[in-house]
Order: sequence, then structure tokens, then C-alpha cells
Amino acid sequence: MVPNKSNLTIKDNKVNIGILSGKGGTGKTTVSTNLAVTLNANYIDCDVEEPNGFIFLDPKDIKTEQVYVNYPLIDKNKCVGCGKCVKACEFNALAMVNKEVLLFEQLCHDCGVCQYVCDYDAITYQERVLGIIDEGTYNNLTCKRGVLNIGEPMAVPIIKELLKGLENGLNILDFAPGTSCNVVNSLLNTNFAILVTEPTEFGLHDLKMAVQLVREFNIPLGVIVNKHIEGENMVRDYCKDEGIVVLGEIPYSKVAAEAYSTGKMLIELPEYKKIFEEIAKKIKEVFPWN
Amino acid sequence: MKIAISATGENKTDLMDSRFARCAFFQIYDTETRELSSVKNVAQDQEGGAGVASAQQIIDLGVNLVISWKVGPNAYGLFKKAGIKMLTSDCISIAEIIEAYNKGDLKEIEEAGPAHHGS
Repeated sequence: MVPNKSNLTIKDNKVNIGILSGKGGTGKTTVSTNLAVTLNANYIDCDVEEPNGFIFLDPKDIKTEQVYVNYPLIDKNKCVGCGKCVKACEFNALAMVNKEVLLFEQLCHDCGVCQYVCDYDAITYQERVLGIIDEGTYNNLTCKRGVLNIGEPMAVPIIKELLKGLENGLNILDFAPGTSCNVVNSLLNTNFAILVTEPTEFGLHDLKMAVQLVREFNIPLGVIVNKHIEGENMVRDYCKDEGIVVLGEIPYSKVAAEAYSTGKMLIELPEYKKIFEEIAKKIKEVFPWN
Repeated sequence: MKIAISATGENKTDLMDSRFARCAFFQIYDTETRELSSVKNVAQDQEGGAGVASAQQIIDLGVNLVISWKVGPNAYGLFKKAGIKMLTSDCISIAEIIEAYNKGDLKEIEEAGPAHHGS
């Protein structure tokens, strides 16, 4: 069981819709960016390891803020090499060789336990930059994204910071793929979940994992089938068996692929604009937040 | 001198595990007594930092030399710091590795392998 289940209530007219998928490459960003514009919602790219929503929305007036994390600093004059901090570290961020404590800062989760167990007052904390948060506007909508610095293994602090100060109104959160810590931490701020999948065995397999995770948090969910092919109904059949609402199907086509590959929004194509309007209508029916 | 080999099992007929930090066991060969013992790798199931945790275990065991295929950057740095030499071998049996070591056939690991970050 996941601890601290999300019991988010809708406060201050702030509604967060999370877009996740399980499998990567199913079209989370395609759906998120096109839905944000269709629903007149703010767009938040939580896939901080490879955020790509700004390619399509191309927001203006971008302001950048740095995100910091703490790491322990060991005072060699005070440290006696007892090794208590090394044993206490749950994340293997500290090691000891010949009574000298060595730090692996990228593994540090800033939990504070090393300082807590130190009997010699040898540990203080310092800040380092983990990544950035960009904020800009697309028409009158706020667009935000987190960007994790290259080589950093830990994305969660950026996601937490990104989701801390969300705008009032409707926010579309474009999640990381999978069902990792990055997705779990995004779900903690989600009122409704939309799962984007594709009609393939891999898409369905990973969708099931994502459904399991979202249900663990008791978050209402719906499915969008992207790259839909006439006659391939495996996702629809699964959703029917599980009692999951299908919010819409976005057809697989060469024109859509071409638009995507040149950084265009699908809603620039009239037939796709209509599809996204229908999906938006269905979302408002299924997730009544007003 | 104590030699630690990343291993898939606890017997000398078991194969070496190509992964250092995620192997199931370390087999420890004592060159003086010519005895072989084994110890469970504490880091095998750790969510992250397996390289650091397994290297710390090896250092705390008083090992002088490590034999594996490649060693990740965190463990590599710790072994260098601790003055522990690293040799590379193919995934053959532990008995064959000891034989190859005694013949002087194993080459030194001179740079860290890629980081895997939890996988």
C-alpha cells in the first residue's frame, strides 16, 4: 500500500489533471499540450528528465529559477571517523575509507539523519543546484516546466518545487512515463488522472500498471487511446472489463505524425481540433469540478 | 591476501556475476590459507547507491583485491581511495578465476564502467 494517499480536495478553484501513461512514447505531451489549449488550462511539464512540451507551446517571456538541494558537509576537524552517519544513511550517500567519511552527493536525499546521529557536531548542510524551473506564457495561459540537470539521478525535488506553487484554475500536468517516484510525487497533486495509451501489447501492459497505481491513490481516472487504429480494440475491451471510461480515441495518421515531427500542435489540423474538443467535452462530463 | 569475486552463487563451480554491485554473493579467496568462503552482497536489493554499499562491505571485510567484469564509478572511486586493486575477468567459474589469477592472466581494471543508477 502507498502511504499518505492523496486526499486532495479542490481548493481555491485549483484543479489539477494529471496526464500519465505507463509506457513511454504513447503521446502524453501531445495530449497534454493540445488539451491545455483546448480546455484553456495552464500547462505544467513534470517530465523533468526530458521535458518537451515547450517545443509545441513555445511559451513567451520565460523566467527561470534555480532549484536547490542540500547536501552534508563534513568538518574534518570535528569528525572522529566513528562511522555512525555512514551506517545511518538509508541512501548509501556516505562511505568510509580509512576513517575518512566520503560523500556521494547525487545519492543524498537531504533527509537530515547524518546530522541527527552525529555526536561531534561535524555535519552541516550546503546547497547545490539540481536544475531549473521555467515559467512563461502561451496566450494567456501559464506554462511551467522543470528541467533536471544532466547527469543527476534524482528528479523528485524539482517535481515537488514545480507543483508547490501552481496557479489557480485548471492545470494540466504532463507526467514522466512509467510508475516511478517521479509519477507518484506528481500524483500527490492530482485531482483527476488521464491515462494515455496506444493500441499495442506494450501500451496495454504498462497501462495496467498505471491504472493500478492511480487506483491506489483513489484518484478518478479515464483513458485516451492515441494512435488509434480502426479494429484494434484491445484497450477499449480492457477498459470495458475494468469499468474505466474511454475519454476519446485519437486516430493514427501520417498527417498527425508529420505535424508532430515539425513541432506543430495537432489542433492546427481541423479534424484533430474537433477530436480534442470532443475529448474536452467528455472530460468535463466525467470529471465535474465546477 | 583476501580476494573478493562477484559471484552468482556460493560454490566454486558457480559463475562470476558480471555485475559487481548487484551480484548475489561475494566469494572471498584467502591466498594464504587457500580457503574459499562466501558472503551475501548487502547491496543487491538496495534501491539506489548499490555501488557505494557493496564497496563499503568489501572495504569493511578487509579485502585487498576485487575481481569482477566492470566496476561502476562510485565503487571504483572508493576502491582507489582504499588502495584495493581491481581485476577484470570473463564470466567463468570461481574455480577457473582463481586458477587464472594464480597464473597471472587477469588484467587490471583501469577505468570505471558506466553508472546504472539503480538498475
